[in-house]
Amino acid sequence: MHQVDDITIDQLTKIEGDCSLNVKVVDGKAEKVEFALVESKRFYTEAMKGKPIAAIPQLLARICGTCSNAHIMADLEACESALGITPSKQTMLLRNLTMYGLNIRDHALHLYLFVLPDAYKKDSFLDFDENIPEEHNILHDAFDIKAVGNFLSILIAGRSVHAPYPTIGGFIHFPDKAGIEEAKKKLEEIRPAVLRTIELFKNIPWKFDRQASFMALVPERYGFLTGCIRTSENECIEEKDFRSHLEHVVVPYSQASAYKYAGKSYMVGSLARMNLAKDNLNERTKKTLGDTLNLFPSTNVYMNNLAQAIEILHSVDESLDILNQNEFKPEPVIKAPFRDAVGIGVIEAPRGTLYHKIVLGADGIVKEGEIIVPTGQNQINIETDIGVLVNDLLEKKTSKDEIKFEIEKLIRAYDPCISCASHFLTLNWEE
Amino acid sequence: MTTEPQIRKLKVAWFSFSCCEDNVIVFSELLNDHWLEWKKLIEITNARVLRTKNVMEDFDIAFIEGAIASPKHVEKLTEVRKLANKLVAVGACACTGMPSAQRNYFNVEQKANIQPLVDKFGSLPKVLKVSEVVKVDAEVPGCPMDPSDFVTKATALILARRAELAKEIGISA
Repeated sequence: MHQVDDITIDQLTKIEGDCSLNVKVVDGKAEKVEFALVESKRFYTEAMKGKPIAAIPQLLARICGTCSNAHIMADLEACESALGITPSKQTMLLRNLTMYGLNIRDHALHLYLFVLPDAYKKDSFLDFDENIPEEHNILHDAFDIKAVGNFLSILIAGRSVHAPYPTIGGFIHFPDKAGIEEAKKKLEEIRPAVLRTIELFKNIPWKFDRQASFMALVPERYGFLTGCIRTSENECIEEKDFRSHLEHVVVPYSQASAYKYAGKSYMVGSLARMNLAKDNLNERTKKTLGDTLNLFPSTNVYMNNLAQAIEILHSVDESLDILNQNEFKPEPVIKAPFRDAVGIGVIEAPRGTLYHKIVLGADGIVKEGEIIVPTGQNQINIETDIGVLVNDLLEKKTSKDEIKFEIEKLIRAYDPCISCASHFLTLNWEE
Repeated sequence: MTTEPQIRKLKVAWFSFSCCEDNVIVFSELLNDHWLEWKKLIEITNARVLRTKNVMEDFDIAFIEGAIASPKHVEKLTEVRKLANKLVAVGACACTGMPSAQRNYFNVEQKANIQPLVDKFGSLPKVLKVSEVVKVDAEVPGCPMDPSDFVTKATALILARRAELAKEIGISA
């Protein structure tokens, strides 16, 4: 008789960070899914207390390597809102370019190194064989796209991880003409590889439908830094009201926190952004992609992968527009006196809406802060979906190994970042 | 006709402990330019971020990022040390403990705030750098590591290990 007992994956692989998964199976049904974030906490919200405001963005970058530049952008916004600083137009352009470099690099890393091996039934991206023409092209496209994102990040922000140039009130270093020309050339040359990536993910026939609310920051032009927070219900929430709109749900078996909005779980990330704001994509991106964009809005979780591939193209095209249409000159960092204030920063990190809050004293010392990361918001969906998936597979008498493979594949579609999710202090712990 | 013996590919591993995993991201960027060359000399047999079927067998070089924050970390790191010919601490958290070890320096109030979680998850009383737990053969410091420093030190280790293996099988490296 076919019998599957509890399913445990001690260490999920090819995702950011360290976590395990337990599925309790009773009478052939998944009864409880524990997506447990077991990575050791590093207590960043506690560590920020008592530190000078100037130290906070770089400190909080260290929450997560791959999302570090997103944390810097969110925190600069929080610090500047506390200080009453309005960044210059050039600063915002450079920050947008920083986000585009990050999205190109980070999405390509996720799509090629984490997701694609599943589609080709390989254990690792490094097992692709350069002597097979198709795999040779895939290897080169992956490395070439990532390299362009990396180059753009280094040119604009100084590094693709823990970027040193962006600071409260502006930038401390500006891209030179030679670097900008080289970036433009590289961005233009990478477009065909990005289009191949989009075709590749468009043709992977994976499907997992879920009815969910979607939430994302929606600017006038598709982007990652400004706008109000839109939902599937067409609400427009101001950044400052974001926290009060979320119901904090403590997940007792986990070191991270999970969130519900208006009593329902919701999804953030590329799919949410594409579903809510595809009309605001770069004009060249829209023209190039044509009917492909009709695939959105979508309730298929796997379409998050295609949405990321499209965001790579948008990031390339927007970067080209910004670099072609602007000149960058050194300008002084805007300074402002310290004051008692609360600052909020909300941005779209590659994996979804990222919220930073700091409470500043008149002495320039941070009293406390709060951070809400995308994976914490998606966690309830991930758990619910794994339960549905496992029940479906159990009914089809699928083997345990195959179930484990399908679970990891679905989790990867959400692109969770456990490095981010595990580090937030939740003291009202349920015993 | 006999075939001259070849030096086998070196078995390389990457382990991440308590950290933001910035170094493995920098490493993944180094793959853009170097993987097609490196793969002639090495195979990556254990790296959670890169593969699912990870092998806990002898490693020629094990790279360790992150600080050591729990008894499980100590156990795993000790096991890796036993299996690794050379063990390299990569990045600030592995080399110095910081910033992952920041709770070691919290004031009384901060420590009281976090203690329930430290207890609940059975974390070590103090976060440790890698060399406080096992012998470290080389360090690549930085937050994140400097990519060129990593390439220089990794290349030196690879060449030295290849020379050892060549000697074992009686050929020139």
